[in-house]
Amino acid sequence: MQRKQRLSRNTAYFIPYMLWIVLFVIAPVLLLIYQSFFDINGQLTLANYQTYFSSNTYLMMTLNSVWYAFLITLATLIISYPTAYVLNETKHPQLWLLLIIMPTWINLLLKAYAFIGIFSQAGIANQFLSFIGIGPKQLLFTNFSFIFVAAYIQIPFMVLPIYNSISELNPSYVNASRDLGATNWQTFSKVIFPLTLPGVKAGIQAVFIPSLSLFMLTRLIGGNKVITLGTAIEEHFLTTMNWGMGSTIGVVLIIAMVIIMLLTGGGKRRTRKGLTK
Amino acid sequence: MSLHRFKWRNLYLWLVFIVLYAPIIFLIVYSFSKGDTMNNFHGFTWSHYQDLFADSRLIAIFLDTLLIALLSSILATVIGTLGALGINNTTKAITKNTLLSLNNILMVSPDVIIGASFLIFFTALKIPLGFGSVLLSHIAFSIPIVVLMVLPKIQEMSGSLLDAAADLGANNWQLLSQVVVPYIMPGIFSGFFMALTYSLDDFAVTFFVTGNGFSTLSVEIYSRARQGINLEINALSGLMFLMALVLVVGYYFINQYSSRHRHTATRGRRK
Repeated sequence: MQRKQRLSRNTAYFIPYMLWIVLFVIAPVLLLIYQSFFDINGQLTLANYQTYFSSNTYLMMTLNSVWYAFLITLATLIISYPTAYVLNETKHPQLWLLLIIMPTWINLLLKAYAFIGIFSQAGIANQFLSFIGIGPKQLLFTNFSFIFVAAYIQIPFMVLPIYNSISELNPSYVNASRDLGATNWQTFSKVIFPLTLPGVKAGIQAVFIPSLSLFMLTRLIGGNKVITLGTAIEEHFLTTMNWGMGSTIGVVLIIAMVIIMLLTGGGKRRTRKGLTK
Repeated sequence: MSLHRFKWRNLYLWLVFIVLYAPIIFLIVYSFSKGDTMNNFHGFTWSHYQDLFADSRLIAIFLDTLLIALLSSILATVIGTLGALGINNTTKAITKNTLLSLNNILMVSPDVIIGASFLIFFTALKIPLGFGSVLLSHIAFSIPIVVLMVLPKIQEMSGSLLDAAADLGANNWQLLSQVVVPYIMPGIFSGFFMALTYSLDDFAVTFFVTGNGFSTLSVEIYSRARQGINLEINALSGLMFLMALVLVVGYYFINQYSSRHRHTATRGRRK
């Protein structure tokens, strides 16, 4: 108690951090919301929201974005859950985990760039397709390639939380379930999966929110066919310079984010690098 | 039977592993290929690396990126560490939780939102876009991770350590510089490393606040990649892979050190 009094007497050292909170956390969000009430000519108006909610283009774009984020999350989950599960049974799970997480330390743009080469007209993927007799296909700039690359980038962020919850699972529950005569599938669906659900939820949250906003991938890999909320925001801010409309979509994205966090139990934070504990 | 199943499981893991690494290896392999596409390997050459080192624009951007990363992570580490100390000193639980929630906002927000809102913020304050705005943004989005890395270390520190130092006549400054900071150093280092990699990797936020004249590596790769394949980027990726490797190894050793440190600390306390 004595210590607290002593240190709290001098709070000057806390000023830079508080300034950061006010200037870079609170102010920008408020400014974004404020900006969403201005049209392109600087008039205070609700027109942006009217346009957004009455325009098929914007609503379809939002639905589309959510749909693609859903597909990306699903693909990531289907690949990551077994990975995390098998990972837990290996002799050196920490080493494997490190190896799975390592690619997140490679610049995202470089990974996207690699796929431009792999999926190109005469690229290695098409060479393989020709080799097995299917023949070359248009791969780059398709919806498939967008989902594939996005899932590729997000897999480590899904594996990590799922692995954490699987490794915390008490194996005696699994043994008990087997001893009581449950089949493998029953053990999985009634015991293992429900008990590791928190990890799955954290993983979904970590993948779904960024998937709504990946604008560089839609440009580099998706060939602008998929427009996500992120792409729309980038377009409005940096191309058409309609900041009001961009901010309105930003507010929609923030609301979507809050909804997802409420559905998946909030609190959990995603770190851009997997290695934080 | 069990041996059979075991093999299948490992096969799956290897498959995931290969898929995760193949594109990265693919990039690096083609950085040594003659010719200018990523389609067929045409024989070994260093020429793309030579091009890379002769590209003065790229070298300048590389140095700018490093400068931004170092400056922003040092400043973010200082502000974040002081912030973590402040959060730890709050007496009311509600203040502490509010501060932690505010701290986490920038960690969960999508990059586009951070970028767009910072762009509005800088424009409103008439801060010119360029080096300064990018540096400020990088400091801003690195602070929360520093706080999250340092705070557990502070909470781990026993209060009697501070009381002892104070009883022995240490003033606030001595307490901080001779007792607290040395103790939480591993956390500070992890925070610094994370901030460094955040800054080196960031694309979306920088893309929004960079303006016209200034560029970082990520932004430059993006604009070059939009124009198609250029094996100079492959050479660049080879170098950046090496850099990432150094950072991972560095981070790993810091973590090793800090867990060893923690073990000795707890052992010492139990005695």
